[in-house]
Amino acid sequence: MGRFADTFLNWAVMAQYAPRILEGTWVTIRLALAVAIAGIACGLFLSVLRAFRFRAINVLIVFAVDVLRALPPLVIIIAFYFALPTVGVRMSAWVSTWLALSLVLMAFSEEIFWAGILAVPRGQWEAARSTGLSFLQTLRDVVLPQAVRLTIPPLTNRTIAITKNTALGAVVAVGEILYQAQSAYSFSYNPSPLLLGAAAYLILFIPVVCFGRWIETRFAWKR
Amino acid sequence: MILDVAALHKAFGRLEVLKGIDLRVKPGELVFVIGPSGAGKSTLLRCCNRLEEPTSGSIKVEGVDILTPGVDINAIRRRIGMVFQSFNLYPHLDALGNVTLALQRVLKKSRSEAKDIGAAALQRVGLGEKEKAYPNELSGGQQQRVAIARALALEPAILMFDEPTSALDPELVGSVLNVMRELRESGMTMVVVSHEMRFARSAADRVLFMDQGRILEEGAPQKIFNSPEHQRVREFLVSIER
Amino acid sequence: MEALIRGFFNFDILAQAWPILLAGFWMTLLLTLAVVPLGFAGGLAVALASTTKNFFVRAVVVGYVDLFRAFPALVLLMLVAYGLPFLDIRLGAFGSVALAFFLNTSSYYGEILRAGIESVPRGQLEAARSTGLSALQTMAWVVLPQAVRNVVPDLISNTLEVIKLTSIASVVALPELLHAAREAQALTYNATPIIAAGIIYLVCLWPLVRLLSRFEHRQIALH
Repeated sequence: MGRFADTFLNWAVMAQYAPRILEGTWVTIRLALAVAIAGIACGLFLSVLRAFRFRAINVLIVFAVDVLRALPPLVIIIAFYFALPTVGVRMSAWVSTWLALSLVLMAFSEEIFWAGILAVPRGQWEAARSTGLSFLQTLRDVVLPQAVRLTIPPLTNRTIAITKNTALGAVVAVGEILYQAQSAYSFSYNPSPLLLGAAAYLILFIPVVCFGRWIETRFAWKR
Repeated sequence: MILDVAALHKAFGRLEVLKGIDLRVKPGELVFVIGPSGAGKSTLLRCCNRLEEPTSGSIKVEGVDILTPGVDINAIRRRIGMVFQSFNLYPHLDALGNVTLALQRVLKKSRSEAKDIGAAALQRVGLGEKEKAYPNELSGGQQQRVAIARALALEPAILMFDEPTSALDPELVGSVLNVMRELRESGMTMVVVSHEMRFARSAADRVLFMDQGRILEEGAPQKIFNSPEHQRVREFLVSIER
Repeated sequence: MEALIRGFFNFDILAQAWPILLAGFWMTLLLTLAVVPLGFAGGLAVALASTTKNFFVRAVVVGYVDLFRAFPALVLLMLVAYGLPFLDIRLGAFGSVALAFFLNTSSYYGEILRAGIESVPRGQLEAARSTGLSALQTMAWVVLPQAVRNVVPDLISNTLEVIKLTSIASVVALPELLHAAREAQALTYNATPIIAAGIIYLVCLWPLVRLLSRFEHRQIALH
């Protein structure tokens, strides 16, 4: 037991690297928020664009969304960070990770919003247009409010899942929690920092997971 | 006695739903249970095969006390057929699959034997040609008849009907009642909770009126419908017939 | 344009890298075939355990599910790969990936299957029990077939995510597709292998994405 504690809960090592992990936690929070905001905003924009039903644009949107849903996020991050520079496009590790995850979330949320828009009955469109509302007014004041309510549970869960992927940034050395924990582990050759990092994720994400669970029951998704 | 219920009590928390029910059903008898909603009619049926656990009292089916600890409740349940208000057919199985599932899994019949028995049961409820139909391809009346066939195929000693026609469109009620009438004529023992008073008059041996967890009055249909003793029964019958 | 072709779509490089990529593809396939059935079986156990009346068992299951859903999969993988050796438990790269994925995927599959089981109406259970089926038989022959059918889209979606997730095994040097691509990139100083790996993922997973998008639209439209 003493050896176990020494190895996994080594206070000296933990104390030494705790500030780094804390620093990493802020990076994770900032990155996650930036991904959530950019991803959902762009997804909403694309779904509204799709509602205009311009054929060429919609084909493009569907293609982009499909590609972003089929590729592993880590492959996208690595392509941005390691492959793009070879053709002269350079971005930092932080930007590569942020951009890759935002694009993935954009794709998923576009699908979710679009499905929500389709779910609003035709009669709602017809009723609103018959009172003289324009296409955009109908979309904004009648259709989207109903669509968004339907989309809240799946959107919440998807956003949580994708923001957790900020840990992938460690692979290209973004200084978030996992990267800090991992490099501390390599320096000290002691797994305590890994546990500390894991604890940071739990503190960060268990409330988020519980929130997702609550949202799911609150807006029960009837099948 | 096929069914012998004595001093049956059932409470959900502090709410007493059954307050001492005594009911004896002889072979071949059709007992009809009427009463206002909330009287405990469904709970009584559901206690008889322990879909609800009674709080106290005794229930004997063919002489076996089904409340003794360690009794093989699954063996007893298949002796008590149950037909539900909402049919509860399995949507992932076709009509024949619905009927044969328990034959294969509980009675361990071979596939072909189960098929023969199941087909015969469907024949008996007039759905011989619907073996391959899935529940969502059948009308409500047909679904309920499949449910009856499902219970019937296990050769139960007694059949319980829990408002079998309440969920049906009026024009479909007749087909289900006809099947029930034929069952009665073939000597099946039945307990029926229902509001089909015309059927009760012509087919029941005995009618029970339940109110607030008790049997308030019982007797032959003529007596209950034509000259009930209790004011409550009279009021109820008037309210039903409008 | 020429630089783009030379950097990303270079056929000479592709010809060199192809054997490595192919080996990586087979490893990804093998990993998928190990991880998906294991995770599904674990998820089934989790879902069944969460239907018991025993409060203690249910609490443990909810704890397990929320714990392993809160960890990013990569964090879990690092804990298993770098932490366990300190306990003298050496699983090797494949074993570590399998264990980390089992903990992660069984939680997600478990949550999905639990929702499926809860979506089966109580009357189904009562009807089955009234014909004498035991609790176990009722679960196996009546409840589970309907439960699985009700959550097919979620199961496919999760499976897609799991397959994509196998790319993180590259981080612990398991030679799957992404790892092979990065190795080939390092050997050839050219990004073509990474682009090629992306295209391989795309070709394999696109059908799943299309199928899923069908299901999602139908699901929300039915709502």
